[in-house]
Amino acid sequence: MAESINCDICSKLATVHLTQIVNGKIHKIDLCETCAKEKGVTDPNGFSLADLLASNGDNDELETLHSDLVCSACGFTPEDYKKLGRLGCPSCYEDLAPMIAPMLTHMHKGIEHIGKEAENTLAREESQTKVSDVKALLQKAIEEERYEDAANLRDELLRLNEGSEESHVH
Amino acid sequence: MSTRIRLARNLSQFPFPGWAKKTQKEEVLGRCLEAAARIPKIKNPTGLRIDELTELERQILFERHLISRELSNEPEGAGVVISKNQACSIMINEEDHLRIQVIKNGLHLKRTWNFINSIDTAIEESLNYAYTKELGYLTACPTNVGTGLRASAMLHLPGLVISGQMEKVVRAVNQLGIAVRGIFGEGSDASGSFFQISNQQTLGETEDEILKRLNSVMATIIEREEDAREKVLEDDSNKVFDKIGRAYGVLRNGHLLSSSEAMNRLSLIRLAIDFGSIPEQSRMLVDRLFIECQPGHIQFNANKEIEPNQRDVLRASLLRDAFARLPEPTFDHFTQ
Ligand SMILES: [Zn+2]
Ligand SMILES: [Zn+2]
Repeated sequence: MAESINCDICSKLATVHLTQIVNGKIHKIDLCETCAKEKGVTDPNGFSLADLLASNGDNDELETLHSDLVCSACGFTPEDYKKLGRLGCPSCYEDLAPMIAPMLTHMHKGIEHIGKEAENTLAREESQTKVSDVKALLQKAIEEERYEDAANLRDELLRLNEGSEESHVH
Repeated sequence: MSTRIRLARNLSQFPFPGWAKKTQKEEVLGRCLEAAARIPKIKNPTGLRIDELTELERQILFERHLISRELSNEPEGAGVVISKNQACSIMINEEDHLRIQVIKNGLHLKRTWNFINSIDTAIEESLNYAYTKELGYLTACPTNVGTGLRASAMLHLPGLVISGQMEKVVRAVNQLGIAVRGIFGEGSDASGSFFQISNQQTLGETEDEILKRLNSVMATIIEREEDAREKVLEDDSNKVFDKIGRAYGVLRNGHLLSSSEAMNRLSLIRLAIDFGSIPEQSRMLVDRLFIECQPGHIQFNANKEIEPNQRDVLRASLLRDAFARLPEPTFDHFTQ
């Protein structure tokens, strides 16, 4: 048998061994079953070493560096991230980007998504934006008493609404 | 031995579960349960609210890999949808709004991906996902953003463990952004020699690329395992036969078996099946015993909560009965 390795946290016999290359540097962690459970390493699908590394050090720096950031949608701050290790809402990715972007570079192969697209979501959001655009134009046309334009815009609006309803029923 | 893929998905317009209020989680739960009930590929799904389950029922779902420990510990607004054959489960309000998971027997990354991909698409037909073109699927933890894909394979590697090569293999595999960890039970002895290998990165690669890399790593590990088994048989076959024979003896005749001892002994029986020393027809039974020996399943079958000591008695009795139907291992075919 190979020589036994001890847990990094409590020095009992380690049974969980993780290594990951992050930015060309090897990070290695050995944990016993108990500590692994405590650190949430027991679900292989939900765990990444980067989580553990993130929660083990660099965060103090993060916090002071970005202490003015706050998510406009959910009120989440970098300090909350330090406590929870998770973000608040989808908009956090945009509003806390200065904090998140460097983390992504460390964690992943690249910084841009090139996988599967959420086609239905994109299509629905696009038609949603189009509807509100046309509504605004229609409003303006009515105010400026351009009735022919208004009629055309109203037809377009009806067409758009039909389309989006179809995709809803689908 | 088995393949598992999970996708992390979230609804746009809602905070992630760890930051959401109870009412928001309830609304997400309602929407997701409704959407999941209408997936054409999943017939007769069962939708469950975790707060309506007993401790023991949660434990059973956990031991069957259908829900996570986290979901069972934090039941507020949490739910799960399980397909009738239990191959697909969808956790709701775990770390993310949706954790879609598919488990298949055997090593079939591609097939598992195709199936989960179609389920994901079906859900997205009725729900707007949190998604941007730049970052892909947005997840509560930045480690999952992008594809939200975690693929893993469970491998049985007794040859590498017996020959003391596991450390070396783990280190080599880690260089490729792939994690390896032992699974099953609390035991220290590599927990039955079962290991889960999975990708760690989710952004900057397509799903195909992630799966291909995992696949080639898996193929290499399996090859090493086969070499190790061959070598162990060449060097000292009696030592391995002895381990197998003793495992059989204990499982057939023991009266007190902890779950980690049971795992490790069963692991050797599984190796004996691979060696052709025990008929192939027994494989299903042995694989099932790995699950049925877990603490929750022992209690569930006894229909009550039981102290650990008493569990060891029941576990041993279950195994004695099972092994009464299992032929003794023979090694005659190894000596020409
Ligand atoms: Zn420890
Ligand atoms: Zn936010």
